[in-house]
Amino acid sequence: MVMTTHEEKMRTVRFKVAEEPHIVLDPEKCRTCAAKACVCVCPANLFVPLDDGSVLFNYEQCFECGTCFLVCSKEGALRWTYPPGGFGVTFRES
Amino acid sequence: MRAPKPTDHFDVVVVGAGPAGSAAAIVAARAGLNVLLIERGEYPGAKNVSGAAFYGSAMLNKLIPGWWEQAPVERYICRRDVILISPTTAVSLDFRSASPDYAAPPYNAFTILRPKFDRWFAAQAEAAGAFLLTSTVVDGVIKERGKVVGVKVRRDDGEIRADLVIACDGANSFLAQQAGLQRRLETHELSLGVKEVLGLEEAAIRERFNLSGNEGMVLEYVGAITDKARGGAFLYTNRNSLSLGVIAQVSSLVETGKRPYELLELFKAHPAVAPLLRGAKLREYSAHLIPESGWEMMPKLVASGMLVAGDAAGFCLATGLYIEGINYAMQSGMAAGEAAIEAHRVRDFTRHTLERYTELLWPYNVFTDFRAYRHAPHFVNGERLQNLYPEMAAASFERLFRVDGNAKQKILPLYLKAMRQSGAKPRHLIADLLQAARSYLW
Ligand SMILES: Cc1cc2nc3c(=O)[nH]c(=O)nc-3n(C[C@H](O)[C@H](O)[C@H](O)COP(=O)(O)OP(=O)(O)OC[C@H]3O[C@@H](n4cnc5c(N)ncnc54)[C@H](O)[C@@H]3O)c2cc1C
Ligand code: SF4
Ligand code: SF4
Repeated sequence: MVMTTHEEKMRTVRFKVAEEPHIVLDPEKCRTCAAKACVCVCPANLFVPLDDGSVLFNYEQCFECGTCFLVCSKEGALRWTYPPGGFGVTFRES
Repeated sequence: MRAPKPTDHFDVVVVGAGPAGSAAAIVAARAGLNVLLIERGEYPGAKNVSGAAFYGSAMLNKLIPGWWEQAPVERYICRRDVILISPTTAVSLDFRSASPDYAAPPYNAFTILRPKFDRWFAAQAEAAGAFLLTSTVVDGVIKERGKVVGVKVRRDDGEIRADLVIACDGANSFLAQQAGLQRRLETHELSLGVKEVLGLEEAAIRERFNLSGNEGMVLEYVGAITDKARGGAFLYTNRNSLSLGVIAQVSSLVETGKRPYELLELFKAHPAVAPLLRGAKLREYSAHLIPESGWEMMPKLVASGMLVAGDAAGFCLATGLYIEGINYAMQSGMAAGEAAIEAHRVRDFTRHTLERYTELLWPYNVFTDFRAYRHAPHFVNGERLQNLYPEMAAASFERLFRVDGNAKQKILPLYLKAMRQSGAKPRHLIADLLQAARSYLW
């Protein structure tokens, strides 16, 4: 099938999930962040804004592209590093 | 070959086994230098995404003669289309060449798939004598008395020492930033690419794209595809799959709130694109950043004990019609490798000696090309080029070819109307033409 939902896309990607998250948000800073630019740019759609203003995030299906880190304008709100060697996304075709 | 121990001292540590890193390692290792190539992926290419059209065939042929006969290539490119699109219309310029420059060895360009290609290319570095250490993250450089003396790796033992560290760690360039050579990058300087590989039978690919044998085609789209976000889209033919993707400037994704994967679906559904994809099946989705500002985002390339090459140095040429990054990554990697050899010969890895790298970037055609195209990024991401002109082209042909029983209309009034509606003035048109000429002609 040609047209696919985001969930279907993500199912084609292989991830070797590390135990520890490689991206960590500061809940307080995110709650008071008006822009929440991370939400729309993330190609894996990993940032979910909640009604109370906080942001739900799960690192497990991350492409390690760095876009969230690039757009987050709140100093220290998003701690970003690479997963341990060999872990994380593993492309086979791209 | 025994595995390198962290206590070992290397002449050169190359960080990142992408095209830049492997090229640097090949050159340095061939000259007999003791080279360690470190890659964080399970294998080289596991983290890497390109279109991918590789335009450096003749250049790579000098490094590895007849490379395409042993490397995992998809198709050699003999057809290139540039397509201006509005939401309902497409106007394309079709280029096809059977000239030996394109259709005979060493060929002009190939489509490739990075996880396969990068693995092969890194294996060439190993064959040249370099150690390849995969599944290993470099967390930063080690500095002593203002000089880079090695890298910190995320393994139990922690430190690897070297006379020279060549940072080929890609678009995010954390190493260059950590070493104080690069500033924090801005959202308008990088684009996000989202991509899909769709499986499609070889016979269908040949028929749909009018290709025979191992001929290949690349299609580049400008205009409404990215909605109001600034960017473009591509569709490349592989052996038995298609690579397609949308590329959008990160700042414009933030401004418009457009989701990258939704732009991808918009592109696939376009009436000029959908028929080409019929029956194809998604094999893999991926995403990666692209440094697109060339000359302006270039970091300091040299420090005592350290060089920066490839995407980490911003050596990715985005001309608006296509992206050339793989070839410049290799060229700058080779220049860095050569600088390493010269520094090693005189046993001097201070900045002064390593500056030789920036000299070598001229004969390797990196600086020459980036200086020549230094105005292109601005031009390409201009609002009118992105939205108005493709719309005008599409609308004017739409109008010109339409026979609806009404009196024939000439095109100029249509242009003027489209420009009026968008608020653009004739002087803008002239300015854009001049800028286009300055970006591409002289
Ligand atoms: C969607 C898209 C389409 C593109 N299309 C084309 C195209 O058609 N043609 C073209 O020529 N270019 C294209 N490009 C650009 C091209 O991909 C890049 O210019 C090229 O990959 C740069 O090579 P590099 O070796 O500098 O960096 P990369 O290929 O990014 O390699 C960097 C390597 O370093 C490793 N690494 C990074 N950090 C660390 C660390 N801390 N420790 C250990 N290892 C690390 C990574 O895993 C990776 O293997 C495209 C890019 C994208 C995103
Ligand atoms: S990660 Fe950054 S951009 Fe996203 S909500 Fe938190 S502070 Fe805002
Ligand atoms: S690095 Fe990329 S994929 Fe991962 S969370 Fe950030 S934006 Fe999403």
